Amino acid sequence: MRATMLGRLILALALSLVVSGSALAAGETLMMATTTSTDDTGLLPVLGEAFKKDTGIELKWVAVGTGKALEHGKNCDVDVLLVHAPAAEKKFVEDGNGTKRTEVMFNDFIIVGPASDPAKIKGKKAGEALAAIAAAKAPFISRGDDSGTHKMEQSLWKGAEIALPDKESWYVSAGQGMMATLNMAGERKGYTLVDRGTYISYEDQAKGKPALVVLVEGDKPLLNQYSVIPVNPAKCEKVKIKQAQIFSDWLASPKGQKVVGDFTVKGKKLFTPNAAK
Amino acid sequence: MNYILDGLRQALELLLGGDPATFSAVWTTLLVTLEAMAATLVLGAPAGFLLGYADFPGKRAARLAVETFLSFPTVVIGLVVYAFISRRGPLGELGLLFTVPGMAVGLTILGLPIVIALTAQAVENLDPRLRPTLLTLGAGPRQVFFATLGEARFGLLLAATAAFGRIFSEIGISMMLGGNIKWSTRTITTAIALETGKGEFATGIALGIVLMIIAFAVNLAASAFRRRSAA
Repeated sequence: MRATMLGRLILALALSLVVSGSALAAGETLMMATTTSTDDTGLLPVLGEAFKKDTGIELKWVAVGTGKALEHGKNCDVDVLLVHAPAAEKKFVEDGNGTKRTEVMFNDFIIVGPASDPAKIKGKKAGEALAAIAAAKAPFISRGDDSGTHKMEQSLWKGAEIALPDKESWYVSAGQGMMATLNMAGERKGYTLVDRGTYISYEDQAKGKPALVVLVEGDKPLLNQYSVIPVNPAKCEKVKIKQAQIFSDWLASPKGQKVVGDFTVKGKKLFTPNAAK
Repeated sequence: MNYILDGLRQALELLLGGDPATFSAVWTTLLVTLEAMAATLVLGAPAGFLLGYADFPGKRAARLAVETFLSFPTVVIGLVVYAFISRRGPLGELGLLFTVPGMAVGLTILGLPIVIALTAQAVENLDPRLRPTLLTLGAGPRQVFFATLGEARFGLLLAATAAFGRIFSEIGISMMLGGNIKWSTRTITTAIALETGKGEFATGIALGIVLMIIAFAVNLAASAFRRRSAA
């Protein structure tokens, strides 16, 4: 008697799990994996709303590091990616995990540090600045989480022809998000590489007395290109390729590009739309 | 320093002002906790009772295994369940990843060892004279079983409260399996992580206070139940 009741309960529970799971999968929704920088700046909610208004498709997203976003794509767990690590993206598409990479916008990175600037990097080019930091053994806080920002930092060290100072005591691998890394750099009077969007939020919260100031900006290697990649249905049969393609086309269209260009944080523009016409 | 005061003020605003995003996160948290608690108790309480009540070969090994699973790190639970319910995983067909039931599966695995271990402990700690007393009073095995079950109810309540505390405030599993999707799988704890990531510390603290208020209400209800049934 008791056992059958228990069995029925378990069955009912299992059924409800399956039903509610598949109910969520139905309907016109699109699942995207993207990077924390787009979510933290508030661009995504704006983008999602405009996209729904134009196409009726609801955009859902998980915001993770670029490395994990690509992994979600490989595992067929999302339909589309919006990421910023060109080399890794090209490999992703070459390996057949994505159909096509469409460049849609860029923002830029800056190197920030204490106003006292112990390594004297102000106004230098990115590579020279890193060399100066290494020479002065000034604290440098790295994201250390395989995110797009971390990959950008690694490529800057490489561009400056300096071996990644992974084992040096002045090089701190935080393994955290951008804002947490900035706060750590502020507390330790160190330098770090940051996307401008997160820095604007940081500066705003510091209410006029940020512990870190912009020291290096505008250098070409510091530009950060974002691309959209639909996940390849040849590898992932469940992927919603139709909706993913609509999103990719929409973001590259004048409509989507305008949403990106008009987006501001605390009155400052963050992303520059640059999809090929 | 002002974060804490700002957070307190904001917590009241979020709750009293009926902020829809906050209520969505509260609702998701309650829903996933309810699903996980139901599964944990349905599976864990009988298993724990059996482990404490019955004698069987391999009992000590089973105990040891359950107690070891108490220290299973939540990110590893998240990772293992992710591997199973990812589209590429063996249970991928169910489409559970990034859904509330998917999170509930992970949280159930978190709660199970707690309920099993504490229930078994409670049954074992019952007055050893209970069984002989019942037997001399002429009780059948069935009656002994149910009497033991009745006596162990406080232990079970304690187990449920402990599991609730863990499941309700969990973040690693929820983040990994739910994905922190707004209006869908964003819980109070993953929302706190997001707000902290954005540098909105006061909002993070506000949500933490919201979480504590709900936890307080649940524990208050549990303790009221305990007092009433003890009287």
